[in-house]
Amino acid sequence: MEKPRSKAALWLLVIPYLGLLWPPFYNVREPVMFGFPFFYWYQLLWVPITATLTWIAYRSTRHDD
Amino acid sequence: MTTDINPTALAVFIFFFVLVTILGFVAARWRKPETLAHIDEWGLGGRSFGTWITWFLVGGDFYTAYTVIAVPALVYTVGAYGFFALPYTIVVYPFVFMVMPVLWKRAKDFGYVTAGDVVHGQYGSRGLELAVAATGVIATMPYIALQLVGMTAVLKALGLHGELPLAIAFIVLALYTYSAGLRAPALIAFVKDIMIYIVVIAAVALIPSRLGGYANVFASADEAFQARGSGNLLLAGNQYVAYATLALGSALAAFMYPHTLTGIFASNSGNTIRKNAILLPAYTLLLGLLALLGYMGHAANLKLDSATDVVPALFKTLFSSWFSGFAFAAIAIGALVPAAVMSIGAANLFTRNFWKAYVNPQVSDAGEAKVAKMTSLVVKIGALLVIIFLPTQFALDLQLLGGIWILQTLPALVFGLYTNWFRAPALLAGWFVGFFGGTWLVWDAGWKPLHLISLGGEPFTVYTGLLALAANIAVAVAVNAVVPARTAVRA
Repeated sequence: MEKPRSKAALWLLVIPYLGLLWPPFYNVREPVMFGFPFFYWYQLLWVPITATLTWIAYRSTRHDD
Repeated sequence: MTTDINPTALAVFIFFFVLVTILGFVAARWRKPETLAHIDEWGLGGRSFGTWITWFLVGGDFYTAYTVIAVPALVYTVGAYGFFALPYTIVVYPFVFMVMPVLWKRAKDFGYVTAGDVVHGQYGSRGLELAVAATGVIATMPYIALQLVGMTAVLKALGLHGELPLAIAFIVLALYTYSAGLRAPALIAFVKDIMIYIVVIAAVALIPSRLGGYANVFASADEAFQARGSGNLLLAGNQYVAYATLALGSALAAFMYPHTLTGIFASNSGNTIRKNAILLPAYTLLLGLLALLGYMGHAANLKLDSATDVVPALFKTLFSSWFSGFAFAAIAIGALVPAAVMSIGAANLFTRNFWKAYVNPQVSDAGEAKVAKMTSLVVKIGALLVIIFLPTQFALDLQLLGGIWILQTLPALVFGLYTNWFRAPALLAGWFVGFFGGTWLVWDAGWKPLHLISLGGEPFTVYTGLLALAANIAVAVAVNAVVPARTAVRA
């Protein structure tokens, strides 16, 4: 089994679930950005955010395989 | 929508189709192993795919042609609710990052090819192995059939009617998959994915400027929904739970399917999978933008017989004929990659967990590869016959059930990676309750994957797959706690 340097960074991976699985939080039109209602650009924005969080988790743990 | 044949579009389409057909056959020599007569080589590409090949393969295989057609169609029809595909394909990746490298390592260390192998190795139970393998096969079959639905939509837009073009495309696919195995879709995925990226980037960059910008696209969709009295740019209050549970349930189910697991097992290291969990969301961005084509359909005032035509009709109306030919080729080829990987995944299951388990336990490596190749042919022809002879709705209903079914294999497949507490009879009981209970709930709701719950207050709907999974886990825990352990039977 791999021995992570620290498992703390893996908790970052919980954040996208919190950000996306509670729709009342983002189910609004305003503010509009580039013509996109908030509902749409907010969820699209989570794509790069999740990739970045996963990248940080990847960088801060050690993997032997 | 006119359906006359446009020679330019058709010529471009045929050019790319022939190109990938050649690639499919050439793939047998690509990264040539000592022998293809081994299921590790034919069915898993030698477990040698690095980060980029895996990215193209899993991307091409998970984001299918059916997705490209169906997600915008759903958004066109219902609005915001259809957008659940976006959170679904985001939250799937932290799960992949955490779980799939562990599963890959287990498979690599013991030479497992399928989910059934992993479960049999962990619990030594033929019954549980059969339940997992059979669920995989029957959940995949309608999924393959739906790739044909995606392909039919673009063939129709090209003016190619009837079953013959579809049958030709699929038989060609069956032949090169037979000869090259997983290497064929892996190589074709490069072409397919690059084409899809070009098409979607062109679409989201060019189409809105023709339609008065994104603000106007959203405004037109809003007007259309209000005029029709159904659909909405935002979720209704009673859709919150359905939206979130569909996203979470679909995300948990996504990598339990034989085709996605095949992509995972074919990669060359755990780190390849972790890097892909970081890189694959690029496809999700693509999917999110693609979903907006549904709204562009309203802005372009398309008159459609069926919502499934929204993407082809939009391309045909707004792109030049050569580029629409290119776009249709991208979607049709987009059907071939997943269909190939799905048939390979199903064939691997049949060979390892049925043929080897019950028919011929002494089967040689070469014999295994031969059985798998034959099975992949049978599976594809079966899917073709289903689409030609049965109503499309049948495949749609089955695919919807397939998502619920495959989710019920999660406890058996994943829990054993982290704990030895569970035993086979408990997991089998859980699977039984989840599988048949889930099916019953869907049937009871009139073939809808949502179950109505009212806890005193305002009623809301929940994704049935997730409810069935909760019942599955509860039963597994209860049975495991109650039934005494026999003397350890661990293989």
